[in-house]
Amino acid sequence: MSLLEVRDLRIHYGGIEAVRGVDLAVEEGELVCLIGANGAGKTSTLKGVLGLVAHSGAVRYAGHPLKGLATHAIAARGVALVPEGRGVFARLTVAENLDMGAYSRRDRAGVRADLDHVYNLFPRLFERRAQTAGTLSGGEQQMLAIGRALMSRPRLLLLDEPSMGLAPLMVQKIYETIQAVSREGVTLLLVEQNANLALRVSSRGYVMESGAITLSGPSQELAADPQVRAAYLGE
Amino acid sequence: MDIFVQQLINGLVLGSIYALVALGYTMVYGILELINFAHGEVTMIGAMVALAAIGLIMGAAPELPGLVIVLGGVLVAIPACMLLGFSIERLAYRPLRRAPRLAPLITAIGISIVLQNVAMLVWGRQYIAFPPLLPQGRHEILGAHITDLQIFIVLLSVAIMLGLWFTVRKTRLGRAMRATAQSREVAELMGVNVNTVISATFLIGSALAAIAGVMVSAYYGLAHYYMGFMLGLKAFSAAVLGGIGNIAGAMLGGFLLGVVEALGAGYIGDLTGGFLGSHYQDVFAFFVLILVLVFRPSGLLGERVAARA
Repeated sequence: MSLLEVRDLRIHYGGIEAVRGVDLAVEEGELVCLIGANGAGKTSTLKGVLGLVAHSGAVRYAGHPLKGLATHAIAARGVALVPEGRGVFARLTVAENLDMGAYSRRDRAGVRADLDHVYNLFPRLFERRAQTAGTLSGGEQQMLAIGRALMSRPRLLLLDEPSMGLAPLMVQKIYETIQAVSREGVTLLLVEQNANLALRVSSRGYVMESGAITLSGPSQELAADPQVRAAYLGE
Repeated sequence: MDIFVQQLINGLVLGSIYALVALGYTMVYGILELINFAHGEVTMIGAMVALAAIGLIMGAAPELPGLVIVLGGVLVAIPACMLLGFSIERLAYRPLRRAPRLAPLITAIGISIVLQNVAMLVWGRQYIAFPPLLPQGRHEILGAHITDLQIFIVLLSVAIMLGLWFTVRKTRLGRAMRATAQSREVAELMGVNVNTVISATFLIGSALAAIAGVMVSAYYGLAHYYMGFMLGLKAFSAAVLGGIGNIAGAMLGGFLLGVVEALGAGYIGDLTGGFLGSHYQDVFAFFVLILVLVFRPSGLLGERVAARA
């Protein structure tokens, strides 16, 4: 049984069908990427999984259908999203943002331990814990968004364009963290426009085009596929 | 000089009431970007329900101390207003959550008119006197008078505002409220039930309105089905003055507006050579509102609009 299973997901915005029958699955412990051009429907797919947009089709998480569940209830079941553009609470401090990540949790000792863990992962966040998140650089905000998602101790972590707008060194740091999180056993679905990067760290991938999955398979095979190379790897 | 001190005192008393009502406007605006024009009427209902309850208690147990009777009235008015505010949000605003922003605004004005008319039908068109139950002591400071009631209103308001400040800054609900105000979608992703937070915001704002309604009717000695209109407009002006959506701003704006209004009323006769009297005091609130909208639309403590985008 897959941890996440999406069947025939369809999303409309007005008259436009942004997602046209997407099927995908993520197994427990996997790092899977979803690549494609801007506007292909990747972000909409993630929003559909979390119930942030109206959709049809079936989304099953850990064997249970998510249909009819509110976003906050899905989040409380262990699905975390690092949204595109980070979505940090700019007027809350770094520490308060991290607290918000643990909003659904009641195990204080565990939260405390995870906070130490996040500060270990990103010492910069510890230095800036009393600052408001709006004063952080883009890279620091991305660290905060990932740290905040980890504070919920997610079973499934969805990342939407974590490299977007970041300096190369910061991208490297973020991707090292993503791999570390994956090694800790968190299941990851990574959405990226930077196909090169995403295919390098993931084990499997899906290619999305105009709202539908056009290719899927092991990341190494996708990276070698002439079509993918031409369309997404700039060759 | 003694006029100045006297009007300053009067202004602070009035301002603390404005601040309590302004908080209700600003908290709802902060989270929903909706100006809840029915909020002034919730204040009026608070006063009316409290007076009705006070009348009943006086009839049933006239031997009780006046303070206890008034407290009884307040304790009935608070849950009544909370229920009213909660219901207004559920029935009138929530169904319009995804509608264009003008729709809930017009609905708010509609609710406000409905509440005025219901109050008129239930309690009549006449002024209702607030019975003289509260201590009437007067004290002299710096050549001015301050009554027990005035002291009590200011102290209670400040205590409530400190409590609210603590709630918003330090509690789990407060953090969820601030997060929701910044992004409803991301707050949901954190596991926050945004609908619960919105309901809580209306409950808190309405409880403050109930208390403010009793204060204002005790202070002026009367209540009226139309009293919420002007009070609501002034409190809204106070919220805009401080920066709508900003809690500290609503407190500051309330006190400032009260003081400006009281000083204006105190000196307008001198300034215009007796041409305009103190009954023009209402002009000042709106004069201040216009000045703010022209020179600092984001309010004293509000952020510039661009910073919020």
